[in-house]
Parts: sequence; C-alpha cells; structure tokens
Amino acid sequence: MSSYLLRRILFIFIPSLLGMSILVFVIMHMIPGSFVDVLLGIGTDISEEQIANIEKAYGLDKPLATQYFYWMGNVLRGDLGNSLRTGKPVVGEIISRLPVTLELTLFSVILTLLLAIPAGVISAIRRNDLGDLVARLAALIGLSVPNFLLGTLLILYISLKLPGKLPTTGYAPFSEGIWENIKSMILPSISLALGMSATVMRMTRSSMLEELRQEYVQVARAKGLSERIVVLRHALRNGLIPVITVLGIQIGYLMGGTVIVEELFALPGIGRLALNAIYQRDYPVVQGTVLFISFVFVFMNMLTDLSYSVLDPRIQQED
Amino acid sequence: MKSLYYLVRRNLIGVLGGIMLLGFIMIAIAPNLFSSYDPEEFVGMQFSPPDDVFPMGTDLYGRDIWSRIAHGTRISFQVSFLSVLFAAIVGVVLGMVAGYFGGVSDYIIMRFMDAIFAFPSVLLAIALVAIGGSGIESIILAITIVYVPIFARVARASAMSVREREFVTAAFAAGVGSPRILLVHILPNILSPIIVQMALRLSSAITVEAALSFLGLGAAPPTPTLGSMLSEGRAFMELAPWTVLYPGLALALVILSVNLFGDALRDMLDPRLRGTL
Repeated sequence: MSSYLLRRILFIFIPSLLGMSILVFVIMHMIPGSFVDVLLGIGTDISEEQIANIEKAYGLDKPLATQYFYWMGNVLRGDLGNSLRTGKPVVGEIISRLPVTLELTLFSVILTLLLAIPAGVISAIRRNDLGDLVARLAALIGLSVPNFLLGTLLILYISLKLPGKLPTTGYAPFSEGIWENIKSMILPSISLALGMSATVMRMTRSSMLEELRQEYVQVARAKGLSERIVVLRHALRNGLIPVITVLGIQIGYLMGGTVIVEELFALPGIGRLALNAIYQRDYPVVQGTVLFISFVFVFMNMLTDLSYSVLDPRIQQED
Repeated sequence: MKSLYYLVRRNLIGVLGGIMLLGFIMIAIAPNLFSSYDPEEFVGMQFSPPDDVFPMGTDLYGRDIWSRIAHGTRISFQVSFLSVLFAAIVGVVLGMVAGYFGGVSDYIIMRFMDAIFAFPSVLLAIALVAIGGSGIESIILAITIVYVPIFARVARASAMSVREREFVTAAFAAGVGSPRILLVHILPNILSPIIVQMALRLSSAITVEAALSFLGLGAAPPTPTLGSMLSEGRAFMELAPWTVLYPGLALALVILSVNLFGDALRDMLDPRLRGTL
C-alpha cells in the first residue's frame, strides 16, 4: 500500500501539480496589458525610467524562467504575493473566503448524497417500472439544466415569490445566526447539487444493476437473507465504489461550478474572488486563486484515486 | 441499418431526442427561416408580453426574443461543434502518439494533459478568455483546450489496446511505417469511442459557452446568445419573466436533446454499456 501511495504521489500527483503551476504562470503572463499599466492605471503619464524601476522592483526584468522559480519559491513558503488592489496578502484573502466556498461545497455534497444514492438504488431495484422511469427522466433533466439557469429560476420562483423567506442574493455569516447563514446557502447549494445528483444517481443505478447481477447476490438471496439486507449490506457496499470515484471527480468540478454560483448569488467565496480578480487584472490574486482551486482539484482526484484502491485492493495488484 | 432499427425500437427517447436535435440544428442553420425579425433590431415596445406579434415577448430594448433565441441557438451550436471537433482532432493525435509509442513520449504528453485536466474547465476558460479578450473565437479556443485531454485519454486507451492486435503486428512486420500504421490501422479502429465522446461533450460545450456568455465573457452585445440573454433578463425578471424563461427553456431543451442523442449514440456504438446508464 505505502509503495503504491508513494508511486502515485511521486509520478502522478507532483508532476501534475508542477505542470499545473507552469500553466498558471504562463497563462498569467500572456494576459495583454502590462502589469505596470494595471499598477499605475492605463494612460497615466509615466516615463520609461519609472516603468523600468517598477519592473525591477517586481522582478519583471528577469527572464520568464527565473521569474517562475522565484514565484514557486515563494509559493512553497506559503507566500502568494499581495493583491494589487488592496495590498493585502493573497493567502489571507483566500483563507478569509475559504469558509464560504467550503460551506457551499459541503452543503451541495450532502444534498447530492441524500438525493442521488437513494434514488439510484431504488431506480436499480425497480428497473423499468414507473419510479425508475421518473428518476431517470429527472436525472436527464438535471443534467440538462446548467447551474446558473437553475439558480436564476430558483431566485425567480422561490426567492422572489416568497419574499423574506429566502434571500435572493448575499451571504449571512455565522455571526448573524446559524439559521440566517443556512438560509443564505440553501438556493446556491440546490443550484450546484442538482446537476451533480443527476450524474451520481446515474452512476449509482448502473453500478447497482451490475452488482445485483453478481453471483454473491444470488448466494445471499439463496441463504434466505431478506431483500433489504441483500441490497443494502451486500450489493450497495460494492456498488458504491465507482460511485465514490464519480463523486470525487464531481467535487473537484464543483470548485469550478462555485465560480458561477457564487457570482450569481453574490456569495463572497473563492470563486468570486478569482472572477473579480480576472476582471480587474489583479494578477497575484488570479494566480493565487487559480493555483489554489487547481490544487484542490488535483488533490481531490488523488484522494479519489487512493480511496478506490483502498476499497478495491485488486487495483494495486494490477499496477 | 439493422442497428438503426434496433435503436428506434429500443430507444424511443433517444430517437425523440434526435428529432428534437435535428429541429434545433435546422433553426441554427437557417434562423431567418424560423423567425421574422432582425434579432438586433428594436422592433417593438420595451417588455411586451408574449402575444401574436411577438410569440415570446420583447426585451429591454424591444427586440423580439424568439428571433434572438433562434440566432442564439446558432451561436451555441457553432461554438460547441467547432470546439469539440478541434479538441477531438488535437486530442486524438496526441493520444494516439502517446498510446502507440508509449515510454517517454507517453509520459510527457499525458502529464501535460493531466495538468490541463487539473484546471476546473470553467475557470480555465475564463482565464483564457481574459487573455484572448471576450468573443466567440476565444471561447472556441478555450473549450478546445479544456477538452483536448479528454480526447487524448480516450484515444490513448483505445490505441494501446489496438496496438496489441495482430493486424498491427502484421503491418509492422511487413515494414509499414509508424505514421501509416497510426492513420490506416489504428485510427479507424478507435473512432467509435471518439465519436461517442464527441457527442457526450457537445452538451457540456454548449453549457460552458452559455456560462461564459452569462458571465459577460461571450460574444459582444448586441449579438444574441442564450447565456447573455439570460443574464440581461435577470435584472428585470420579476417585471418581465419571459425575458429569462424562454431563453432558459431553449438552452435546457438544446442541452437535453444533445444529451438524449449522445446517450442513444453511445448505446448504439458501445453495446457493452447498453441500457446501463
């Protein structure tokens, strides 16, 4: 196990992170409009000498590769630079926004699990009957309604129709009370959870159908175990393995989805921080947030990968 | 032909999706045939509710919403078709090279693909659009880059298994060069999973385009796109709900039809998965 883990980290995880950091760095340096323009405001009357001084102060006169290593050195020490707009450290900005994004992610995942797994299991047990058909149709619709459309419709039909019940936009921190906080998260989490539930439900259904065909299920039934135990204790346990993989990948994608949903509902999370920084050309913040989100994504993929091998030991032996 | 019959008999929903998709594609090819107004022209009163003259009402500037939806559908398909096609071409080349040659080229190509894959697609697309400036070309480029790794992975896996087949060994033994083996022997044998993947990705490409337009990073106004119509209507949706409802419905139906068609195509071309999802 430990050597498998080590190999995954050394040959897959770390190179992915390195490649990703280069990509973030290169993309950021391709954005038109120079750093100096952003810093001083476009159109200001500045001499060549002043530009040179600023470039020197920020190390922009060095070759790109040197700049990259300099930047990476700082990143590894936990320094992502300072925001050009506020002057505050980017790490601090990310940490202060993290709880909102984490809460949104957590709520969406819980909703997804509550919705998708029971629906998938029931759909598989009652294959081709009315409930199955309804669940599959619902999943197809869930896959076809983008989160920003669902969010807009939720605002229109729930928030605006029931004034005062659920806020249209904005975030209520815990200091305003737990219930206020949860209320501000309900619609955004539903917007994110529906699409994810559809994917997870379809995976649960197909995986359960596969398991229910296996011989060990027949044996369990032949032993006279009740159908409930056969399904929940035997088939579901094995059937959940691929579901966990899909869920892990989906949680990674969720980090991208939060960008749009946070913008739509005006939640002060990391996605919104990144988006605003892109609009304002606040390079260090963009670099930092994109790097952070991508790191979470790669990390989730690695966890998923590993959980898969823990749940199904055959995976390591094949390697 | 036999599989077509099978498809119709077994997968009625998929066929319905296909017909719906065909309808949308026809609207996308010739939007003027289906709508009577210039989508960018101010043709009526501000926020006229749906009636005989404007079947889906008008927007803030008195533009006909149905005409805008018809033209917006065209952009959705244009962007998604082109980006998925480009991504498939680049991804298949890279994936085949990685899968066929293996070794160092495989490692380097796939780690690079992992790095791109590690970006949340919407965020990468936003960053790329920030570089290239907003507009259709930037979105196509962005979605292409985001999807290349997906096709590279599928092509690589298929190429690795086809490589071991006897006809490839035979070709190699007969002295056929690598480029020819890849093009003549490997490519035709890995096409069906690629086509399935293209159909499945089409709907998410439409979603990404709509999302970017929704964030104001798509085609510049007054060009109509489904995403930008949604976000423009949002400020007035209590007063004029039709400004978001119809574009939203159109977007969802377009994506639904592509999804249904993609699922049916996968069932047909990849029978192992038939009926499982």
